[in-house]
Amino acid sequence: MILARAEQVTRRYGDVIALDGVDLAVRAGEVVGLLGPNGAGKSTLINLLVGLRKPSAGRVELFGGDPRDAASRRALGVTPQETGLPGTLRVGEVVDFVAAHFPDPVPRAELLDRFDLADQVRRQTGGLSGGQRRRLAVALAFVGRPRLVVLDEPTTGLDVAARHTLWEAVRAFHAEGGTVLLSSHYLEEVEALAQRVVVIGRGRVLADDTVDAVRGMVGVRRVSLTADQLPELPGVVSATRTDGRTHLLTTDADQLVRDLVAAGVAFRDLEVRPTSLEEAFLAITEGDPTPSTATATA
Amino acid sequence: MRLTLLHARYQLLEILRVPIAVVGSMFFPAAAMLFFVVPFAGDDPVGATYATAAMVTFAVLSANVFQYGIGVAEDRDQPWNPYTRTLPAGPGPRLAGRILAGLALTYLAMLPVVVIAAVATAARVSAAQFLLGALGVAVVSVPFTLLGLAIGYSLPSKAAIVVAQVIFFPLAFGGGLLSAPDDAPGFVKVIAPYLPSRGAVELMWTAVTDWRPDPVALGMLGGWIVALAGLAGWAYRRDEGRRFT
Repeated sequence: MILARAEQVTRRYGDVIALDGVDLAVRAGEVVGLLGPNGAGKSTLINLLVGLRKPSAGRVELFGGDPRDAASRRALGVTPQETGLPGTLRVGEVVDFVAAHFPDPVPRAELLDRFDLADQVRRQTGGLSGGQRRRLAVALAFVGRPRLVVLDEPTTGLDVAARHTLWEAVRAFHAEGGTVLLSSHYLEEVEALAQRVVVIGRGRVLADDTVDAVRGMVGVRRVSLTADQLPELPGVVSATRTDGRTHLLTTDADQLVRDLVAAGVAFRDLEVRPTSLEEAFLAITEGDPTPSTATATA
Repeated sequence: MRLTLLHARYQLLEILRVPIAVVGSMFFPAAAMLFFVVPFAGDDPVGATYATAAMVTFAVLSANVFQYGIGVAEDRDQPWNPYTRTLPAGPGPRLAGRILAGLALTYLAMLPVVVIAAVATAARVSAAQFLLGALGVAVVSVPFTLLGLAIGYSLPSKAAIVVAQVIFFPLAFGGGLLSAPDDAPGFVKVIAPYLPSRGAVELMWTAVTDWRPDPVALGMLGGWIVALAGLAGWAYRRDEGRRFT
């Protein structure tokens, strides 16, 4: 069952195309990671799916209806930006306010307990630490017993402990059958939580598959070597130099090594390794993407 | 309706948590009452009643222009506002709740004026006049609410603060709120009927005294309400269009 769907969605802001023919379907029970650099279109896509914006072309659906109808959002949980909590309201009041919009909200004490905020119930949100504010913001997404939770960059700027508290909450929600769409530019976060990753770059879906498959699909290898001078080499996605070592990212390591040998480069300490997902991700978003080859099964 | 009341309650809660803001909107009309009305017209029942009604109108004007003009503009800067629109309610209850809360604060802002009038002046009204006056406050809130909303939805908060202040004083003084009905400076007499503040105070005077309102001022007030409603509606739709379409 599909809870949220975008079909050939294009969104323009004036002359700027933020999304360009995007397809996405979030099925019940999935945790989908939306991955991409800042400005890739992740937030725009999320704003369309939660009903804050209308697509310029194409269609978005939430629980089979228009996300802009309030009724379609009854089983949706969204997290506000942490900076956006009303500073003079107390933690308990903010929770009660959001809860009043839903027919069967989670009791306040239970929710605050789950997010380790029980002691803060009487404090004004303006006096909370950054981590507490963020936990409260995420907690609000779960107040209404949602079936789908949308988290836009939930742990940006959090310390490791706070991040893990939030991850546990997301995992527990998923274990009970909940569905999550989460955007991040932390690969660690997507790898830790999501089974499926949708890579967005420059307003397009560059890849939509399992974390492993995306990594394998891009197939970027890192070729490291020590050499004084390197000629122009074809097929190199990026080149960096640290402490005298040169690191080359390429989609075809075999051919790169052949080229190095054929060019007569005096190199030593050659190493070929698979890349981290981060490098793979940077390669497909910063390189020259050809979505037709990168987009796998939906 | 339940959600409208909820939003109104939370708007009030947010505002009352910073009591100085409320005290501010109560202070100005109360101070004007104490400094200008009590010493000069306090002993004259008729003059004091007119002056009190004018000060109530002054309080309504300042409360509305500032709380909507600045409050709405500041809210638009806050990410909390778009967040509330992802809740299963839509923008309606929030706007309606804001107006309800605004009306409550308007009554709060004029309360000291009425108390001072009762305690320290000879101003007297009958029970019926008192009720009419209380009702009149809600009626004369309409143009100033619309004016405040037009400012708040069309300007960024820093500009809204300035514009609200720049508009507020000429409306108050030019409308004759700071002078007795027949004792205003000459140029005020000339321009007053064309300002919405004059029509408003004429309505208040009519409610609590045997004043016969100037039809020009009332006609102009009607015109202002239509124009300000158009302006506020345009600003609201433009803001919605920019941020939510």
